[in-house]
Amino acid sequence: MKMVFRSFLIVFALISLVACNQTIPKEALQLSQESFALRQLQTRAFDTSDEKSLLVAGAGVLQDLGFNIDESEINLGVIVASKDRDATEAGQIAGAIFMAVMFGVNTPVDKNQKIRASLITNPINTKQINLRVTLQRIIWNTQGQVSRTESITQPEIYQEFFSKLSKSVFLEANEI
Amino acid sequence: MACLGLTACQTTSMNQVMESSGSQVQLRQMQTRTFDTTDHIKTLRTVIATLQDLGFVIDKADHDLGTVSGTKLDGYQLRMTVSVRSKGQTQTLVRANATYNVTPVEDPLPYQQFFTALEKAMFLTAHTESPSNEEAVMNKVSAPTHTDEPAPKPLEVEDKPSIWEEL
Repeated sequence: MKMVFRSFLIVFALISLVACNQTIPKEALQLSQESFALRQLQTRAFDTSDEKSLLVAGAGVLQDLGFNIDESEINLGVIVASKDRDATEAGQIAGAIFMAVMFGVNTPVDKNQKIRASLITNPINTKQINLRVTLQRIIWNTQGQVSRTESITQPEIYQEFFSKLSKSVFLEANEI
Repeated sequence: MACLGLTACQTTSMNQVMESSGSQVQLRQMQTRTFDTTDHIKTLRTVIATLQDLGFVIDKADHDLGTVSGTKLDGYQLRMTVSVRSKGQTQTLVRANATYNVTPVEDPLPYQQFFTALEKAMFLTAHTESPSNEEAVMNKVSAPTHTDEPAPKPLEVEDKPSIWEEL
């Protein structure tokens, strides 16, 4: 009993500290080697001077992928889009069923996700325009709580995006 | 213990509406830099590129208003709004403010890191706001002397500096 009470106290102390005293991680706004690799992954250079057409093509590809456009600012080459999707994963469901059967515990599993994209064009000279896409997602569980927030960094996702975009603009997407 | 935990929190959450940090002057100084350029478009585009480099997804950008907002998700939520406006005839003032989850960022270090990244991308030196006497101390980290040529800055990505700067 004493043990239970003590662990309850520790948990409570931790929760109260976390809830009222959050500090930003030191590396949150620090450029790193990883940021350089990510830039290469998320950027392609297109041999064109027509920024508007490139943005229109970019918006088209985002729509092809089921994104809705949230914001755009053509003067700065910005398109912001998002989509809400199912986030259920078979493994988690199996785990939750196992927990329910074995221990009678209701484990929350991932339910919904919002995937956000920003597509930015930036002319680097009179003949070339860089296009960079960044993706992230927020996942909510079956209890409506945010269970995960993350940047999407899988190379194949960006490769696929740029392959679709190249087809759409009839231009070669050059690696930077 | 429980009481201690509770006293660390606020008594009424309504206070947050008009809440601001102890010293507005200090906050403004750590969040603001000036650049010797009048090109707002270039500045805003560079701000966007820098935010992307730092792992942000852009939320909004408004050329007329001169603001850019972005969110970084990495197990936490970091929101940043950067505004750009003219200062005198020859300079541009850039102000950034960040919110980490539900807490405003009032530590100078993250802002210094942001402006270090931004000045590299701008190829320009970021000047701190003319610090008034005692508050000059807190700007000791980046108060570069004014030069027309951008001073060579040490790069974090040292093995590929040329590619990094070209982009």
